[in-house]
Amino acid sequence: MIARLAENVSLRAAIALVLLLLALFVAPWFANDYLLTVLILIFYFAYTGQAWNIMMGFAGQLSLGHAIYIGLGAYTTAVLFSFFGVSPWVGSFAAILLAALWGAMIGFLAFRFRVGGVYFAILTIAFAEFARIGFDHLSYVGGSAGFFLPVANYTQSDLWTLRGKPIMFYYLSLGMTVAAVVLCHIMVRSRLGYFWKAIREDEEAARAVGINTFRYKLIAVVISAAMTSLAGVFFAFYYNNLFPEEVFSINRSIELILAPIFGGLGTLFGPILGAFMLTGLAETLTTTLAALGVDVPGAKQVFYGICLLLVITVLPEGVWPWLYRRLGLAGRSE
Amino acid sequence: MRRGGVVSTDIYLNVAVSGVLTGLVYGLMALGLSVIFGVVRVVNFAHGEMTTVAMYFAVVLFATLGLDPLLMMVPIAGVLFIFGYAMQRWLINPFINRPEHSQFILLVAVAIILANGLLIVFGPDARSVQTSYAFDSFKIGPLIVDATKAFAGLAAIAVAAALFAFFRFTRLGTAIRACADNYTGAQVIGLNVPRLYALTFGLGAACVGAAGAMLALVTDVTPPLGPSFTLLAFVIVIVGGLGSMSGALAGGILIGVIAALAGLFYTPSAKGMFVFAILVLVLLFRPQGIFGRRA
Amino acid sequence: MNRNLHSGDNRITRRTVTAGLGASVVAGIAPFNIVRAQDATLKVGVLLPRSGAQAGIGQDCQRGVDIAAGLLKELGMPPLQIMNGDTETSVEVARSRAEKMISDGAQVLVGAFDSGQSTAIAQVAEQKGIPYVINIAAAPQITEQGYKFVFRNFPTAGMILADAFANQKEIFEAAGAAPKTAVFMHVNDTFGTAMKGGIGAVMPKFNMPYNLVETIAYDPTSRDLSVEVAKAKATGADALLMVSRLNDAILITRELVKQRWSPMAILSMGPGWYEDQYLKTLGKLSGGPLSFVPWYDPNKPMSKKLDEALAKAHPGVNLNTNHVYTFEALLVAADAFKRARSTDPKALADAIRQTNITDNVSPGPGIQFNEKGQNDKLKDSAIQNRGGKLVTVAPKVAANAKVEWPMTPYDKRG
Repeated sequence: MIARLAENVSLRAAIALVLLLLALFVAPWFANDYLLTVLILIFYFAYTGQAWNIMMGFAGQLSLGHAIYIGLGAYTTAVLFSFFGVSPWVGSFAAILLAALWGAMIGFLAFRFRVGGVYFAILTIAFAEFARIGFDHLSYVGGSAGFFLPVANYTQSDLWTLRGKPIMFYYLSLGMTVAAVVLCHIMVRSRLGYFWKAIREDEEAARAVGINTFRYKLIAVVISAAMTSLAGVFFAFYYNNLFPEEVFSINRSIELILAPIFGGLGTLFGPILGAFMLTGLAETLTTTLAALGVDVPGAKQVFYGICLLLVITVLPEGVWPWLYRRLGLAGRSE
Repeated sequence: MRRGGVVSTDIYLNVAVSGVLTGLVYGLMALGLSVIFGVVRVVNFAHGEMTTVAMYFAVVLFATLGLDPLLMMVPIAGVLFIFGYAMQRWLINPFINRPEHSQFILLVAVAIILANGLLIVFGPDARSVQTSYAFDSFKIGPLIVDATKAFAGLAAIAVAAALFAFFRFTRLGTAIRACADNYTGAQVIGLNVPRLYALTFGLGAACVGAAGAMLALVTDVTPPLGPSFTLLAFVIVIVGGLGSMSGALAGGILIGVIAALAGLFYTPSAKGMFVFAILVLVLLFRPQGIFGRRA
Repeated sequence: MNRNLHSGDNRITRRTVTAGLGASVVAGIAPFNIVRAQDATLKVGVLLPRSGAQAGIGQDCQRGVDIAAGLLKELGMPPLQIMNGDTETSVEVARSRAEKMISDGAQVLVGAFDSGQSTAIAQVAEQKGIPYVINIAAAPQITEQGYKFVFRNFPTAGMILADAFANQKEIFEAAGAAPKTAVFMHVNDTFGTAMKGGIGAVMPKFNMPYNLVETIAYDPTSRDLSVEVAKAKATGADALLMVSRLNDAILITRELVKQRWSPMAILSMGPGWYEDQYLKTLGKLSGGPLSFVPWYDPNKPMSKKLDEALAKAHPGVNLNTNHVYTFEALLVAADAFKRARSTDPKALADAIRQTNITDNVSPGPGIQFNEKGQNDKLKDSAIQNRGGKLVTVAPKVAANAKVEWPMTPYDKRG
């Protein structure tokens, strides 16, 4: 299905895509800052979801500890900026390198020792937790008391140091998401994507025909880690404070995989749609409950959980594959 | 006792014993997960939330009826059994053959609903069970053993033994083990696999129910307790060995003791790091766990 | 109850928003409409962690909000229209809730207990030029960022420590005894670590009679603190210095009893040891611990009024930090509104900067803010658990009881 999606972008689909991009591009003129904040959140989840999708959807490795890459990216650039005055654009290279190395290590250990499936997932959790507790004790970055980035004034937007108004972050996150989708599109159509698909479908068979599964799985992990670390950079400079409890926590790992699974694993737009729907669902629930005068803390989360449950039971492959067929966006019948 | 810095052997012994006892109770909770995952092969990410529900049951029963949680163990386990059975039969069953990530989201959704449901019903404040012997401790030579932990630990052993006997000596237990060992074969010989799966999930939930009753004795319960229990259960199960009952208990004891000693030697706030380091080592070098059989 | 706070004006209709905007515009440009603006209510957005890990504290702070309306009316303050928000103990939700409230017309923001969430809200407030009054958050950095719209009526970790040591010395003098050694146990979270860092900086300046023989940090999610207490007991220290949360305080006390260790004193510089849940759960075993915390001055008339209001709305709940500082944040907003006679955020911020409320609840000369937006005149108290209630034993001006020293050993309490 991935290959078909990639090769066969029908006219209908292309038009829809262009319209969507146009709408998103001009949104700041019409939307208030609250809506922009929500959209930024959506793009953030779309981006991280897409990055995670590479590892899971394309290479079939379930990672439940992806927050570690966010944390590494966030802290690396935050420290370089706050202590050494290095711009986050330059610092990102260090972040990518660190995340890639860490991902490579996890991947190497896991694949060399044939740790797969659920065990691999638990392994990723272990590494993320290890990092969380480690950073909690790292007084150089404030430990659990938190790391605060120096904040500048908000009247101007300085793209080089990523200090500025929401609108700057809006276009930045939109750009990152678009770039992620394009990158995935290219990768999936390449030989790399072809090998990934083979590995995902049947790893034994792939190995039997001579594909170096070890190498390609490792590449997926490294790319996924590197991409995710950039989300960490964004996070650090957008929120301006970092606490290991929040940044490395397992809740963060879980929340970033909800969108791609909900939207549709292994598809190009699944994570995007999932991010729109889930964040939209959360905000709608909060607004609706408030409008109804229901002031019960926890009620929104219960409804959220129920929606999640219903959708995943009825549409186990995610919403995008179903929507795609319904909208007739496929080039030929599926 | 001592001047600052120098520590006697007494404290190591006390800490180790305490680790063993708490480990037994957590081991029982993990046993439930081992049973569920070992047979039904579902990654129960709502395990911790189920434990929390059981703890709240114990708290409510104690508050209204004044009955000791150790006595309430059986009815609470019973309620959890029904809950587990129903959940497997009607909610989870379609997901048995679906990929792990789907199961994962389903159970995460269940976890969210349970945790926030508990928040709505019980509020955020910590609840506890305070029995008459809540502050007692036994003095055995140099050892000071916490009474509640001692009772809870013994109860855990008893429950585990009962479960072991069930799986070993009853027909139903054997049938369930057959499902675990050979899914297709079990179907071929005519076993009603969905029903057996539901039964197993129910049994696993019952373990959690019993463990929850015991945990309510030794600690307080708040709604967001779930995820840390779930994580702990997975660590114990993997370290101890999947599909091995003694493995779950032994894993619990091992993790309990190591965490306690790590806290003693190093800094307590970092004992989690040791636990996860052990997990990683086991996953890499002995994935079947210390007591597990190679698949 | 509190109908006027939860009335349907939480509805996000375009009417409400435009009405609010309209009122502000009219008030801004038409001086003879000042009277009309005064009649308008001030929209205050209150953000608290009412679900998630900090739900207990968030909902306790909410009690302070709920009783504020009646009390403020009694004081002749202009009416506030409160918009309640839940940050769900998450930085992202805090930020988007703040944005939503501002777009719904909130003219002042109040909240959010947690330093991380408060920082997120502070950035939004500063950017939009909406005054933000922090009720509780101790991270010093928040008021060091050069913000013009962020105000904090709560002490920083450094202030809490300085007052703690000063009060301790006062107590040692009154009791005629002091510990020679102490072991410091702290929870390894934002607050606990900040306090630990602060101790290193602040303690040497006070020349305390005791040495810290060991520092033991423990995991906030720990369900079992037997190892930590065993370690503390093994040091043989006279006193136990603590920074913990509520659940840990209960766990630690149980362990102290079980492991048969009664220190000369328990000196807590954080929450937990004085909270209702602690007193209720431990009964006879709850007496004794001293807490050095931001508190209320029991001798001030406003404190008595607040206490009565709380007792009526929530019988059985003792007045504590959460209620006091959340109430005071709303008091600041109402007082500024009264003086500014306008709902224009800039005017409000300027008015808040000029705040000088002497008829308040917290100890010290009153509520005022320095150029960084911090109330650095706040004094913290030393309170002691006594028979299921709390008494203030230091500083003398805000005290209503004498200290009980040393703490009655646990095995001698009937």
